[in-house]
Amino acid sequence: MSQSNQTHASLKIGPLLRDHGGVVALIIILAFNILFTPNFLQLQTLFVNISQVATIAIVAMGMTLVIATGGIDLSVGAVMALAGALAPLIFQSQFGVDYPALGIAAAIVVPLLAAAACGLFNGLMVAVLNVQPIIATLILFISGRGIAQVLTNGNLQTFNNKSFSYLGTGQILGLPFQGWLALAIAVVLFLVITHTIFGRYVLAIGGNERAARLSGGPVAQVKIGVYMICAGLSGIAGLIVVAINSASDAARNGNLMELDAIAAAVVGGALLQGGRAPIFGAILGAVIIQLVKYTLLANGVEDEVALIAKAGIILAAVYVQQARKE
Amino acid sequence: MSALLEMTAIQKAFNGVSALSDASIAIERGEVHALIGQNGAGKSTLIKVLTGVYRRDGGTILFNRAESILTSPREAQAAGIATIYQELNLVPLRSVTENVILGYEPKRLGTFINWREAHRRTREILMRFGIDIDVKLPLGSYSTAIQQLVAIARAVSLDARLVIMDEPTSSLDASEVKVLFGVVRGLREAGVSVLYVSHFLDELFEICDRVTTMRDGKTVGCVRLADTTKLDLIAGMLGRNPSEIAQAGMTEFGGGTAKQGEVLLTADDIATGPRLSKFDMKLHRGEIVGLGGLLGAGRTEAARALFGVDALTRGTITLKGEAAPKRPADAIRAGLGFLTEDRKAEGIIPGMSVRENLTLALLPKLTRNGQIDRARERQLVQKYIDALGIKTADMEQPIRELSGGNQQKVLLARWLAIEPDILILDEPTRGVDVGAKREIQAIIRDFVDRGFGVVLISSEFEELVEGADRIVVLNQGRSIAELKNPGITEDKLVQALAHTDEVTA
Repeated sequence: MSQSNQTHASLKIGPLLRDHGGVVALIIILAFNILFTPNFLQLQTLFVNISQVATIAIVAMGMTLVIATGGIDLSVGAVMALAGALAPLIFQSQFGVDYPALGIAAAIVVPLLAAAACGLFNGLMVAVLNVQPIIATLILFISGRGIAQVLTNGNLQTFNNKSFSYLGTGQILGLPFQGWLALAIAVVLFLVITHTIFGRYVLAIGGNERAARLSGGPVAQVKIGVYMICAGLSGIAGLIVVAINSASDAARNGNLMELDAIAAAVVGGALLQGGRAPIFGAILGAVIIQLVKYTLLANGVEDEVALIAKAGIILAAVYVQQARKE
Repeated sequence: MSALLEMTAIQKAFNGVSALSDASIAIERGEVHALIGQNGAGKSTLIKVLTGVYRRDGGTILFNRAESILTSPREAQAAGIATIYQELNLVPLRSVTENVILGYEPKRLGTFINWREAHRRTREILMRFGIDIDVKLPLGSYSTAIQQLVAIARAVSLDARLVIMDEPTSSLDASEVKVLFGVVRGLREAGVSVLYVSHFLDELFEICDRVTTMRDGKTVGCVRLADTTKLDLIAGMLGRNPSEIAQAGMTEFGGGTAKQGEVLLTADDIATGPRLSKFDMKLHRGEIVGLGGLLGAGRTEAARALFGVDALTRGTITLKGEAAPKRPADAIRAGLGFLTEDRKAEGIIPGMSVRENLTLALLPKLTRNGQIDRARERQLVQKYIDALGIKTADMEQPIRELSGGNQQKVLLARWLAIEPDILILDEPTRGVDVGAKREIQAIIRDFVDRGFGVVLISSEFEELVEGADRIVVLNQGRSIAELKNPGITEDKLVQALAHTDEVTA
């Protein structure tokens, strides 16, 4: 966070890539699109990309917090599916039909509580039972989506609900609601990391857990906290996806999201061993991943190839990180 | 008959820094040979040169009458040198049999492991050591002692002619040590040589034939244990004159001390495990109590117990008249600070700034409604940077970029900042340059003069003798004696260590 530019601002390419690789990559992608992608510089393009990137960005920010403590959360996609499956069940229930306003409120609050409960489970496994994070969150990675599918009998739930759909299709100042939401979350999390004791402990635990504990840091509570925040943000993302589609598909909602989120966090500058929480970096990472996908799609490259490109980005990001460690 | 192993004039340097300058050792066949020395004397380096982990820069090694140029632990094993490390290199989740025969499994049809034969062979090997256990159970289900014996059994089954044991008893209790000693004697009778590295001097007299002493990368002596005393061994390790130590005596035991304030901290007959089995001490206001002892005597364990890191298995700690805290966070609230011995592993958070490292323990007091008061934080950090003379570009510089001495000052400031009543300082001046060392000592003295208490651990006897008002002497996890200043000299402290060794033997 506090990387003040004391190091002499030389214009060498190596250090530039190392410290601002994400920004450089973003500029290159934008330049490429402006030159080669038809109709790139249009409001419509911006709109589409923001509405799609918001969910990745929101989950990636939660993931960044977890990674900052030296953990990882594989269950984010499954938690999205679970939250997404619960919402239509609630506002389409008899209660939701009878009391539309209360129904919508409950359809947002209850799934988020369920998501937070998932986070509590992950956090307890990691912080109290000392299970490896990758194993601990694998449990919900597998079972979370299963529960979502059981809840919906494996059916696609379609709906027509203007109020709920606002989450994914609403606009503020001509731009998608979820984009503003992601931005608001980023500002809040940034302040949490830089200005609160919780944020300081997150970075301390990731930086040296034993030192943090011996200095009185409430290690278990903080770890549980980050898993709950990550799961809660995943829940929000799950609701947005359902709102965009006006349908909840427990089998597909959030599928492979854990990989996108980890990739975005890493591209954004998070270190997998912990100790750094670049919140806006996570957004940058999410934007890069989204733009690469969009660029390839808009230029007629097949979806499968986009996956390979994504792998290339992660490789590059990890390579730059290795160089930074020297 | 020629010696089994002769290492002569071994030299080894790391990046130009000499670790071994003139190290020699000779081990006879069927001999139990002890190797002793202070931390950093070069014992481990010598063993690693022998087993092929390090390549020597100079000197000769004759093993079994042949010039030896071992280049890997695997080759050393094949040549008949087996090492039983402190951290056992076995596989706890696999069965005893698998651990013993690993890499040398009896085969059927050249491919399939013949388990019946493997179990039979393992049982036979273990029975030779008087160990009768179910070899099909996972190794990890047995005690450390049994695991250690299995490691030795494995070594011997591979026709080892020299078994190197590195601190074999450090995690064993008294009865397990007896079993281990029985095995060591069995090895000697079978003509196998043992190189026994230990800092528990009593053990050496019980089990070893000869002892080689190292100091500062050199071999300074090799004598039969029957012809020496503990005092001589300690004097050799520390490079002091034994006759002076003996003359110094321990007569001025009740020497007058500085006036003491109320009692701050009392440890009454506490234990946390085999490495801290019986510890008593009292700390008053305005007093530095030193913990004296050799490596492994239980000093760090005592500090960890006082700070609530390790749970007590016996006894009570009283802090300012109340029950002692059970967790570090509570200890800090109760006015305790603990500067740990291992700055890197338990002290600094390398990626964080000087500011963030300095206020880590103070955070709860700097926070209102979860929000850190950043203005007050900066002001406080600047105050300590100035007061302690911490050399840093500015408070936002990552702590890993500071020198060792300045890192240590930041950590000291971390604890001073909580304004504690008691500071527990474990090797506060280790690895810092002379200038910073004096400054740190002055800070500690100033803290005590303001009416607070310090528990000081230092491997440098000079620091302990000059700094502490009283010294509680530890040996093998027990507090044995107490010395009072004025009147403590280094020689007296050394003699207390030697003397208490005899008392407990």
